[in-house]
Amino acid sequence: MLHVKFFAKARDVVGSSVSEIPWSDGQSVLQLKQALTEKHPGLQPMISRLLIAVNNDYAADDAAIRTGDEVACFPPVSGG
Amino acid sequence: MFALTQTPIDYHALTESVRSSKSGAVVLFLGTVREMTEGRRTVALEYEGYPQMAEAKLAELESRARSRWPIDQVAIIHRLGHLELGEISVAIAVSCPHRKQAFEAGQFLIDELKVSVPIWKKENWDDGTTEWVHPS
Repeated sequence: MLHVKFFAKARDVVGSSVSEIPWSDGQSVLQLKQALTEKHPGLQPMISRLLIAVNNDYAADDAAIRTGDEVACFPPVSGG
Repeated sequence: MFALTQTPIDYHALTESVRSSKSGAVVLFLGTVREMTEGRRTVALEYEGYPQMAEAKLAELESRARSRWPIDQVAIIHRLGHLELGEISVAIAVSCPHRKQAFEAGQFLIDELKVSVPIWKKENWDDGTTEWVHPS
C-alpha cells in the first residue's frame, strides 16, 4: 500500500488527510493520479492541477514511486 | 534559519539574527494580511503547511539564492493557523555586503517562496464564506 497525504482543498475534498492506495513499486505519478481519482471521485475536477510530491520534492507524471516513499497530493501552493 | 510557527512573528528578533559586521545591508520583507482583494473584503486568513517538505524547499531556496548573491545570513519564518487583518504571515530577513544584493536576494526569496514552498491560504470572506486560494 502507498500512504498518501493530502493538504488544503485536496484534503477537504477527500475528507481525510491520508489515504491508502494499493501499489506496486515502480508505478508512476500519473498512475497514482488515476488511482486517486478512482478512489476519491471528488478529486476528478481538480486532478489536472493537483501536484504530487515524492520524498519532499515535486514529481513529474513519469516519475516512479516506491512503497515507503513519502507521498503527498495538493493543489498549487499559495503561501506568503 | 527557517521556521513555521503558530504564534506571532518576532520580526525584530528575526532581523537581529541576520545582522553582522560582514554585512553593510539588511533587508526585511513582511507579508501581512490585506483586507481588500479585487473588491472583496477579507476578515481573516487560515494558513496550512506541509512542514517537512516546506523545510526542504526553504533550504533549497536558500542555496539557490546563495549561488546568485553573496548572502551573509538569511532567516525566514512563515506563520500557520488563523491570522487576523494586518497580522504578519511571513518574514524574510537577508544580509549582504551591499544593498543592491540584499534587495535582489530578498525579492527572489519571497517570489520563489510563493511558488515553491508547500503552504496554502484559505480566505475567510466578510459574507461568511471560505475559499482556498489556488493560483492558476
